[in-house]
Amino acid sequence: MSAVVVEHDHHADDHHDHGPAKGLLRWIITTNHKDIGTLYLLFALAMFFVGGSMAMVIRAELFEPGLQFVDPAFFNSMTTMHALVMVFGAVMPAFVGLANWQIPLMIGAADMALPRMNNMSFWMLVAGVLLLASTLFMEGGAPNGGWTLYPPLVLQPITVGKALPFAVFSVHLLGISSIMGAINIIATIFNMRAPAMKLMDMPLFVWTWLITAFLLIAVMPVFAGAVTMLLTDKFFHTSFFNAAGGGDPVLYEHIFWFFGHPEVYIMILPTFGVASTIIPVFARKPLFGYASMVWATASIAFLSFIVWAHHMFTVGMPIAGELYFMYATMLIAVPTGVKVFNWTATMWKGAMTFETPMLFSIAFVVLFTMGGFTGLMMAIAPADFQYHDTYFIVAHFHYTLVPASVFILMAAGYFWLPKWTGHMYNEKIGQLHFWLSTISVNILFFPQHFLGLAGMPRRIPDYAVQFADWNMISSIGGFIFGASQLLFLYIVIDTIKGGTGEKVSDEVWEEASKHSLEWTLPSPVPYHTWTTPPAIVPTEHVLDSH
Amino acid sequence: MSEDVSKKNVKLARILLLVALGMFGFGYALVPLYDVLCEWKWLERDRPDAIKKAPEIGYTVDLNREVTVEFMTTLNESTPMVFRTEKKQLKVHPGEYYTVNFYAENKTDKAMVARAIASFSPAVISRYFEKIECFCFSEQTFKAKEAKTMPMRFVINPEIPEEYKTITLSYTFFDNTEKSVKN
Ligand code: HEM
Ligand SMILES: [Cu+2]
Repeated sequence: MSAVVVEHDHHADDHHDHGPAKGLLRWIITTNHKDIGTLYLLFALAMFFVGGSMAMVIRAELFEPGLQFVDPAFFNSMTTMHALVMVFGAVMPAFVGLANWQIPLMIGAADMALPRMNNMSFWMLVAGVLLLASTLFMEGGAPNGGWTLYPPLVLQPITVGKALPFAVFSVHLLGISSIMGAINIIATIFNMRAPAMKLMDMPLFVWTWLITAFLLIAVMPVFAGAVTMLLTDKFFHTSFFNAAGGGDPVLYEHIFWFFGHPEVYIMILPTFGVASTIIPVFARKPLFGYASMVWATASIAFLSFIVWAHHMFTVGMPIAGELYFMYATMLIAVPTGVKVFNWTATMWKGAMTFETPMLFSIAFVVLFTMGGFTGLMMAIAPADFQYHDTYFIVAHFHYTLVPASVFILMAAGYFWLPKWTGHMYNEKIGQLHFWLSTISVNILFFPQHFLGLAGMPRRIPDYAVQFADWNMISSIGGFIFGASQLLFLYIVIDTIKGGTGEKVSDEVWEEASKHSLEWTLPSPVPYHTWTTPPAIVPTEHVLDSH
Repeated sequence: MSEDVSKKNVKLARILLLVALGMFGFGYALVPLYDVLCEWKWLERDRPDAIKKAPEIGYTVDLNREVTVEFMTTLNESTPMVFRTEKKQLKVHPGEYYTVNFYAENKTDKAMVARAIASFSPAVISRYFEKIECFCFSEQTFKAKEAKTMPMRFVINPEIPEEYKTITLSYTFFDNTEKSVKN
């Protein structure tokens, strides 16, 4: 106990002794990892609906051929902003929110390593997203050259209006925010773990976030550099990407995808981590192949640095480059396959029950695999000449992001909300939300494979009439999917306010405390936890690997 | 948290911050790296802009073969010029030298500096297409309203593989006036 007393003497400013401060100010100045986690998650949820509304505009316009609701430039702003808001405003912050809540709870730490920096990362994220959103109201509109911001398109007056510098500074802020977040996560995991917890005892969620944090530190600065070059090309007469001055627009694509490919893994690795946490609990078995999961995660992260040009097969690379990037990309399917195999093996002969978090996780395993398969198809360089920049690729990455990352975020919400709030969510509505989402997400995205193979290009507001039927079906799926998410919003609010009224146990889910530390704490989780680190840590999840 | 741990945290954070700054620099380092890699022989990067000036040496003309060379002219964004070619296409024998004239005009009342950038299709052709003279080798200065006829002299190396029957050569004029003044 003496250690605790010392801590309070020296760092009275880092820790509030008696629970949260009163009033609204609490949320602005808080350095408590649970408060900051909540802020991140609520912000991400709000952005999920902002980005979602943009998707609804896109699907409404594509409901029928011809121009109905919006003009083409605004349509293109919508595709660009939808992607940026979802990637940088919704999915990434949601996982940072989960990291804030869960990592200290799971490794027996009292808080994040650098609590004040943690507060700063959050508010910088808000500033970055607001700056980005402000471009919607500018003369000339928000950026509309696609989320990849390719030059020369993005530098042309017609595509940028006044927005480019704002978008660039927004990327800087978002980059600094995620780098600070990543540094914090690494420091927390390395320095704050309960002494009893060895690295190879850590839950997979913690492992995947550790690796993701390194990816963030490695690639966010590269993206910041690329957009800075865009800015100087536009306003300060440099010629990084300007052919007339000796530059090359293809160079931008290389730099962007050096960031961009690891970026997609930044969104999927924590997804893998949450899935590996939830599935064993509802299969009532230890995770199959814990050590291989850790190695698979690390090798996916490593490979993600050396495959970037599979996004630019059609750019006119030398044949050696095409072949190299083709085979390297296919290699990623190996560790990814190991993971899918392990999740399946974990469920094999398990005493499974199908509560909402498990349903979303199972759907993730199945539907993510679909996205992986289309990825493999596109990895075949000669075949990709047909798929590239069509709806096929739109279908590919939405399968890897919506029924994968987003579904797992939902699963995480259902899984941990009872722990965080002490209230049970309404299982009936949860299951309804699951079935509506799963059915509609497939109506929404599956037809896009057909559209792409038939040649419908991405990022267009109008299309040839032969694409009409599948587009209408896809839009209907989109509207159902969008509407179903309001159920999730309802459930989150309802659960925070008391849910079913049923008192949840500390464990919440049967024998969950065998799998991870947070379930040994009271429900709801007190404001301060693990002021003394736990003496023993659950190792059920690693049993299989020894 | 104990004094000890917070020291460790700050130290680790500093190191990681340095790594992040290093990666920002790495992004910029990719620029020269890209040029170096593109020069590597074994990568055989077929870059249209890699075509340097070649001397007129005189090949044996292959009269049995004919290759169609198409010429395209474009203006970047709103470059205020007229730019066209005297011939839209030309049937040539590998090994024989040809000259094609291009016509460019400054439509403004001010002097301007413009630069034409060439591009080929298919890209491998850049290995067999030799230019003896081209207006695209350097920046061109135009006086107000000035018009110029600019020759491009070339030969196709007779070693060009049989399967290439049509070559497209495209030139785009970029208005470089502002850039040249500022630099
Ligand atoms: C087996 C694993 C995967 C393989 C082999 C793969 C392969 C590919 C290829 C070849 C492309 C480029 C297609 C083109 O532009 O023609 C692509 C695009 C994309 N992939 Fe994947 N992928 C995989 C997994 C993932 C995952 C896990 C995510 C995200 C969570 C993801 C997100 C994306 C995105 C966002 C794009 C499109 C980027 C854009 O152009 O806007 N992929 N993928
Ligand atoms: Cu990729």
